[in-house]
Amino acid sequence: MLFADTVVPDPAVHKPKVMAIMVAVGFVLFSLMGLNDTIFGEFMRPVIGEPKESGLFGNLATGLVISIIFTINVVLIGFLPFRAQVFVVWIELLALFLAFFYSFGLDFTFIRSKVWFMISQGVFTTLYISAISIILASIVAIFGAVAKLSSNGFANAIATFYTSFFRGLPLLMQVYLIYLGLPQLGYVIDAVPAGILALTLCYGAYMTEIFRAGIQSINKGQWEASRAMGFKFGLTMRRIILPQAMPLIIPPTGNQFIAMLKDSSLVSVIGVWELMFLARTLGNKDFKHMEMLITAAMIYWCLTMVLEVIQSRIERHYRTVSH
Amino acid sequence: MSEPIIQMIGVNKWYGDFKALTDIDFTVNKGDKIVVCGPSGSGKSTMIRTLNWLEAHQEGKIIVNGHEMHAKMKNVDAVRMDVGMVFQHFNLFPHMTVLENLKAGPMWVRGVKEDAAHKTAMKFLDRVRIPEQADKYPGQLSGGQQQRVAIARSLCMQPKVMLFDEPTSALDPEMVAEVLDTMIELANDGMTMVCVTHEMGFAKAVADRVVFMDEGKIIEENDPHSFFDNPQNPRTQNFLSQILQH
Repeated sequence: MLFADTVVPDPAVHKPKVMAIMVAVGFVLFSLMGLNDTIFGEFMRPVIGEPKESGLFGNLATGLVISIIFTINVVLIGFLPFRAQVFVVWIELLALFLAFFYSFGLDFTFIRSKVWFMISQGVFTTLYISAISIILASIVAIFGAVAKLSSNGFANAIATFYTSFFRGLPLLMQVYLIYLGLPQLGYVIDAVPAGILALTLCYGAYMTEIFRAGIQSINKGQWEASRAMGFKFGLTMRRIILPQAMPLIIPPTGNQFIAMLKDSSLVSVIGVWELMFLARTLGNKDFKHMEMLITAAMIYWCLTMVLEVIQSRIERHYRTVSH
Repeated sequence: MSEPIIQMIGVNKWYGDFKALTDIDFTVNKGDKIVVCGPSGSGKSTMIRTLNWLEAHQEGKIIVNGHEMHAKMKNVDAVRMDVGMVFQHFNLFPHMTVLENLKAGPMWVRGVKEDAAHKTAMKFLDRVRIPEQADKYPGQLSGGQQQRVAIARSLCMQPKVMLFDEPTSALDPEMVAEVLDTMIELANDGMTMVCVTHEMGFAKAVADRVVFMDEGKIIEENDPHSFFDNPQNPRTQNFLSQILQH
């Protein structure tokens, strides 16, 4: 929370004016959606008669009822304590979302027959490619950050050129350039190493900036104390500066890992059997594109949610360790 | 006793166009306790920081422990190991316990074994009277305790000379005394010390010489008795009348 104010006003949703606006806006929007031929219209059958023939009246009546139900729901949630509010709104949004997918008329037996393979092959590949890449990218980033902060012209030029180039090109293009470009130079590279290389170089460039900011945020006095004791640059960096910069570096690195997990889908274009690739190829064969894409989407989402929890744990750990 | 450990000969220093130090001639002999004072911006911190070359000078000579300090010197770390420095803001390493702070120097750059370093660390923690804080982190200590740990950390390196850069300026008034007591004990044990400080009581108690600086120059340098009772330069008189007024 940003800042807990000492004065607590009534929730906005309990003000009659706000309620009225919600009903009015909801009425207009839901009416415009023309919901009389949906499941909602079916519920309204006692009032509007045959939904399909109810026309404008049907739409308006349905819209009004839905907007009132919606407003009552919001007002009721407004009475709950903070955590319960968050929980209920989450569940409701999730239910709406699932209903949206459900409305596609997906073939669930098809999904069930493929999902295990997607997880065992796809998730595994996605995870290990991302994990290797984030580790390598962190190593690249440490050197990049030190080089970028260095007073050595060569190191600085190479580092700034590197970050500029790899942050300036779309990742998809880097994947192609490495996979198709390196063989032109005589190095035939497999799809998986090419994908890892592309992700490493691209994320290494972004993370160079994260590491640089982390290193720079450490008070100059730490450098002075360390150097005044006769510690050389490397020792100071390794034992004094980086350990203090880590709590600042790790949370955004976790963020980068989550982003990378999804960007690793781009290496599907060079035929790595990760989640996205499987989603497209498995779906293509049977013309069940939506089934596979939505399944993959849900798997990505679950993965990132797990990672978010892990990240917040790590963040909390560092917040308590650093004094 | 007149074996010089630090010599500054005709030292000049600029920050861009601003002249920070002008023609500084200054000698510290083994066993000397010297207090440097002066109004803020007078260059006293800059001077003490050039002594272990945390700041570079541009003209003149600085010779520390037999080594001339200059930009191309190879052994600056070797010189710094023998020069302890205590900062205004302590600059303890916050990610390490008190004990680790004390052991780091001897173990990492002096090549001392862990048990020996531990022994030395505990000895000096005893000496600054906070052995019970050994396993705490710096952030859990009061300012005065932190500064005493910082002094102990420097002592663990067995320095030949100690530099103090306004060691009590960042402390709450009730913690100044405990740090000054530690410093007085250190002086009585014969440590060579250069202290930038406004604590005139400390200067009277332990200093062999008091140096007064203004606008980057050494205006007056004398034994504390003459310095406080019979200042020669009008600027010194003015400064002393201001700080001794209250």
